[in-house]
Amino acid sequence: MADADVLVALLYQLADDELVIGHRDSEWLGLAPHIEEDIAFGSIAQDEVGHAIIFLRMLEELGEGNADDLAFLRPAADRRNAVLVERPNGAGTYLENPQFDWGYTIARRLVYDLFDGVRLEVLTRSSHQPLAQVAAKIRREERYHLLHHVTWFKRLAQGSDESRRRLEEGIAKVWTDVGGLFTLGAVATSPIFPATTQDLLDGWMGELKPIFAAEGIAWPSAPLMRPPLGLDGRRGQHTPELGALLEAMGEVCRAVPGASW
Amino acid sequence: MTDAERLSRFMERIERGDKIEATDWMPDEYRVTLVRFMQMHALSEIMGALPEKDWVPKAPTLARKLSLMAKVQDEMGHGQLIMRIAEDLAAPLGKTREDLVTELFTGQAKFHNVFHMPAPTWADVGMIGWLVDGAAVVSQAALLDSSYGPYARVLQRVCAEEGFHIQHGESVCLALAEGMPEQRQMLQDGLNRWWESLLLFFGPAETTSASATVLMKYRFRTKTNEELRQKFFTKYVPRIWSLGLTLPDPDFRWNEEQQLWQYSQPDWSKLKAIVKNQGPLSQYRIGLRQTSYEQTQWVREALLSKPAAIA
Repeated sequence: MADADVLVALLYQLADDELVIGHRDSEWLGLAPHIEEDIAFGSIAQDEVGHAIIFLRMLEELGEGNADDLAFLRPAADRRNAVLVERPNGAGTYLENPQFDWGYTIARRLVYDLFDGVRLEVLTRSSHQPLAQVAAKIRREERYHLLHHVTWFKRLAQGSDESRRRLEEGIAKVWTDVGGLFTLGAVATSPIFPATTQDLLDGWMGELKPIFAAEGIAWPSAPLMRPPLGLDGRRGQHTPELGALLEAMGEVCRAVPGASW
Repeated sequence: MTDAERLSRFMERIERGDKIEATDWMPDEYRVTLVRFMQMHALSEIMGALPEKDWVPKAPTLARKLSLMAKVQDEMGHGQLIMRIAEDLAAPLGKTREDLVTELFTGQAKFHNVFHMPAPTWADVGMIGWLVDGAAVVSQAALLDSSYGPYARVLQRVCAEEGFHIQHGESVCLALAEGMPEQRQMLQDGLNRWWESLLLFFGPAETTSASATVLMKYRFRTKTNEELRQKFFTKYVPRIWSLGLTLPDPDFRWNEEQQLWQYSQPDWSKLKAIVKNQGPLSQYRIGLRQTSYEQTQWVREALLSKPAAIA
């Protein structure tokens, strides 16, 4: 595969992961466990959407189309985010009866942030200089996200019997999708992305295992990359929930085609 | 010193324009009224975030999504700042943050009438940011000189940030005004929907409520509802007209003789319904907040519990 194709495929994975998790985070606005967390989580959601914008603009510069159109109008089958990030925050929606699950949210954020950190480190070594520079900048912000979510993880693990139980349930639920973060779809290991799926996994496990161990949380026995993997978001396979998310995301901009907002 | 002497010294400070601080002696009437007022302000910021946060997932461009998220976050931030100073003042009354927050669910605490209204289109996001926040700044700027020091200081930041919100809202409205015919119509419909709410916002001209009298007595508040409403008209009506919008009030005009804006009275019975949490979306918004609060009770309990290793 030509380098240009690898770069484009990679940018879609990066943009879509960040946009979709940022969207899920933003659904917590006004509904987070306490006021201070609402503000902190709102910052994180803004950062994630901000990163998505950076990657979408890079795609725009590569001739893939307008960044807003790429964000709002691409059908689900063209999305390359991992399935993990598109899962709803819990039962209900942000508009009706939000039975959102903070245990799942924290478990997902922690495994995703660690994955994202490992991936960004790889990107700082990319032969594509603009991407390497952007990755270095984003890593500085992601450090704080990780710190925030590790703190929550410890707090829920140590807090009460119920918080520990809910965290463990969240981890079990996350585990069914987590392998999907590491598949590379159309991204070939190359100077643009100098890592394999196994490299990403090893880096991620190297960081997550000590965090689990410190809290006495058992490492789940379920295999991470069990075949068949289930839905592979990197190949455009998604849940109906992503369809619903995209429908909401595009509702206003589709209402008056061709309009400026 | 007797309480009567303390009170007379306190009133002298108020008359002089001194700022009262959290640890100063104050009459119970001052404390209780202020806690109520600030609790309602904090809850209004938090409840006021809901109609806008509902539109974050649907914001039509990446830039709008980012700015709306930042705005909602600011509103929650104002809620947090004001709740903190309300907590300090409420502590001697034996009240905690949890009390101040959950009184919303029981109806003991209210939130601002304007946030009981529906926001069914993207134009409502513009209307809230531009005109509702515009009205809020008019009424909050009048409190910058409040006798309670912590509140006056927090308001400086709140008003400065609201200035950005107004620009954000005006920019959303401007894009619609300059857009396609459907967008212009959406904007006009939004104004038609919000106009009455903007009049109700400031409350009735003649207000005789006990708390309003107390707030004036202690120089917590110095302007009347009608003075603030007129100020809002002066600042925003010319701008509304300049966008080519029509006010949904054929009798609205400047009365040269009285040097006042003349307007048709809104339906004040709507305000009475809202006070009883019977506004259009009162129950929906309280329900959303209560559901999420109850859903995350276990998280707050986990935060307050001591880790086993330390206990």
